[in-house]
Parts: sequence; structure tokens; C-alpha cells
Amino acid sequence: MSANHAEELSLHPGEIAKPNTGWIWKTFWVLVIITAFEFLIAFTMTSPGLRTFRNSIFIVMTILKAFFIVGEFMHLKHEVKSLIWTILIPTALLVWLVVALVTEGSYVGEVLSHMFS
Amino acid sequence: MAQSTTLQPTAATTDFADAPRSGTWDGGNEPFRASYGKLMMWFFLLSDTFTFGAFLTAYGLIRHKHGVYTGPAKDFFFSTAHWPVPEKVFNAFPGFHGVDLPLAFVALMTMILIFSSVTMVLAVEAGHRLDKADVQKWLLWTILFGSMFLSSQAWEWSHFIGGHEEPTIMADGTRFFGANLAMNQYGPPLFGDLFFFITGFHGTHVFSGVILLIWCFIATTNGTFEKRGHYEMIEKIGLYWHFVDLVWVFVFTFFYLV
Repeated sequence: MSANHAEELSLHPGEIAKPNTGWIWKTFWVLVIITAFEFLIAFTMTSPGLRTFRNSIFIVMTILKAFFIVGEFMHLKHEVKSLIWTILIPTALLVWLVVALVTEGSYVGEVLSHMFS
Repeated sequence: MAQSTTLQPTAATTDFADAPRSGTWDGGNEPFRASYGKLMMWFFLLSDTFTFGAFLTAYGLIRHKHGVYTGPAKDFFFSTAHWPVPEKVFNAFPGFHGVDLPLAFVALMTMILIFSSVTMVLAVEAGHRLDKADVQKWLLWTILFGSMFLSSQAWEWSHFIGGHEEPTIMADGTRFFGANLAMNQYGPPLFGDLFFFITGFHGTHVFSGVILLIWCFIATTNGTFEKRGHYEMIEKIGLYWHFVDLVWVFVFTFFYLV
């Protein structure tokens, strides 16, 4: 953004700066390629034995996409460190909650299936 | 220690309140170097993250509580005994009646939303350059893609509620098509409920986003932001819009892929 402001200063009154959109389209292509890769995996890696591996790939790809959307489009990567941590730490706790309750869910299911046998 | 307790006359005590105090904790600072409005939008989005996080956490728990279909993929059948495979539920595309196109429509919806995010960030960029015409152009594109996404979701919902060609035979021998909140032909009742609540809640967010964008477009056209001298409102609404795209990325993975 600092480059943008420097440009604005050298402008004549009423003149509009040239668009600077290279980074936006770069991020767009990254998102498209990751999504395409996800579909490729969804249709080629179908064997039940690879289920866990396949799902971990999906989760890693999702977090990667989230990184690009939040970091570049929402500009968080270029904010001050304290703001970045303010957003990331509570979100990290949520990840723990998901892992805990998924484990709990498997356990509840197992208990219920043995309840009457 | 002795030195620190002796009070030095400061500028504030000699000139009274003429010179404002400017220490880190004396107020008037922006520790986050973000304006009040943008910071509050971030905190709102954090709270919204918890709402969607609660939905996806509940989805994880309920899904793992139910049985998994373990047979070969080609023999898969809908049953309340196991969680449905998403490829078998979401395999329809408008205009291709009866053709098995797994996840094709949801891929299109994902692309539409990514596109809308790009046009949104282009509008924000145009706002930084105070380029009113460009802001208007990109806002219109974003509104268009947002509306396209909402229409796609409306179609997806009506197809989900209407049901597949083949009915599911219930335990008492009756045939059942489609879905409602009490039961559905695809799997356990909670599968339908979670579909309605998660995609519905996300769709409501997209809808509010489109309304906010339309308001932004009107305000831009009227020159409200031009008079203000900055287009920060576009940035704030942009943050919200990207968040909606972000939520879809997670819904897409956990509801449609995994």
C-alpha cells in the first residue's frame, strides 16, 4: 500500500492512479489451482483405505486457501502483528474444539451401537 | 529507586493541558494501526467465526456419531443407517436431467464465489485510488456474482427438497422423496437438518452481503464516499464479503468433499 500512496502524491489534481492488480490475479489463480486440485483428488483417490490420507489433504488445502483469502484479500498479512495474533489465537482454540468433539462423536456412536447388545 | 520517586515537572504540569500526553497508554493511539470501524468489523467477523465454528463442530460430532458406509462405491445406497456420500447426493446440474454429474454444480458455485471475492478486492483497490467509476464497475460485478450464487443455492435447495429420481423405501414399505426437517431420503434426519442450517446460514450471510453491496453502490454513485475523501466503507464491507467466501471454503470441504 505504501507504493500506492507514493504514487498518489505525484499525481496532478483530479488525475487517477493506474490500477495495481497483479497481486489480486496471482491470488485468484492460486485459489483456482488449489480448488481444481481438490476436485482431482476427490475423483481419483477413491479407495476406502486412503480415506484418512485423502481427508488430510483436503483439510491442508482448505487451510492453505483460508491463508490466501485472509492474508491477501482481507489484508491481514500486512497488518500489525498484534492484530494478526488477536484474530489467530481464538481461531486456533476453535481447531482444538473441532478435534475434541469429532473424537467425542466417534465415542458416542460406539457407545450407542453397543447399548442394547 | 530514589530517582524514580522524585517527581520531575512535566510539560503537562507546567503548561496545564495545552500539550496532549502522547505515551503508549495515554490514549489517542492506534495500537493496531487500523481505524475503529475496520477493527470492529474484524471483531464481528471473529464472533461470526465462532457461530460457523459451532455449526461445523456440531457437524463433525454428529457425523462421527453415525455409521460409515463401508461397501464398494458403486453399490452405495441411501439409508438412515449410515451417513450419505456427498457425491451421491449432490450430483445434479440444471439442464442435465438424469445425468450423474457429482459435485459439478457445487464446483460452479465455488468458482462464482471466488470470482466475486476477486471483483470485491478490485473494488477496494479502486477505492484506494479514489477512482469512482472503477469502484462502481467492480461493485456491480460483485453484486452480479453474489446474486448468481444465491440463485444457484435456491436451485440446490429446491432440488434437495424435491428429491432424486429414485425414492428411498422406508422401513414400513412407503416410498419417500426429498427432504424436510424431520426426515430425508439421503440419510439420517440430522443430515438434512445440518444441510439446511449450515448452507442456509451461509446463504443468509451472502444475502445480507448483497444488500450491503447494493447500498455501497448507491452511496458511491451519489458521491457519498467522494465527499468523505476515502472509500473505507468499501473496505469494511469487503472484509465481510471475503469472510463469507472463506466460510464457503470450509463448508465446501467439510460438507461436500470430506
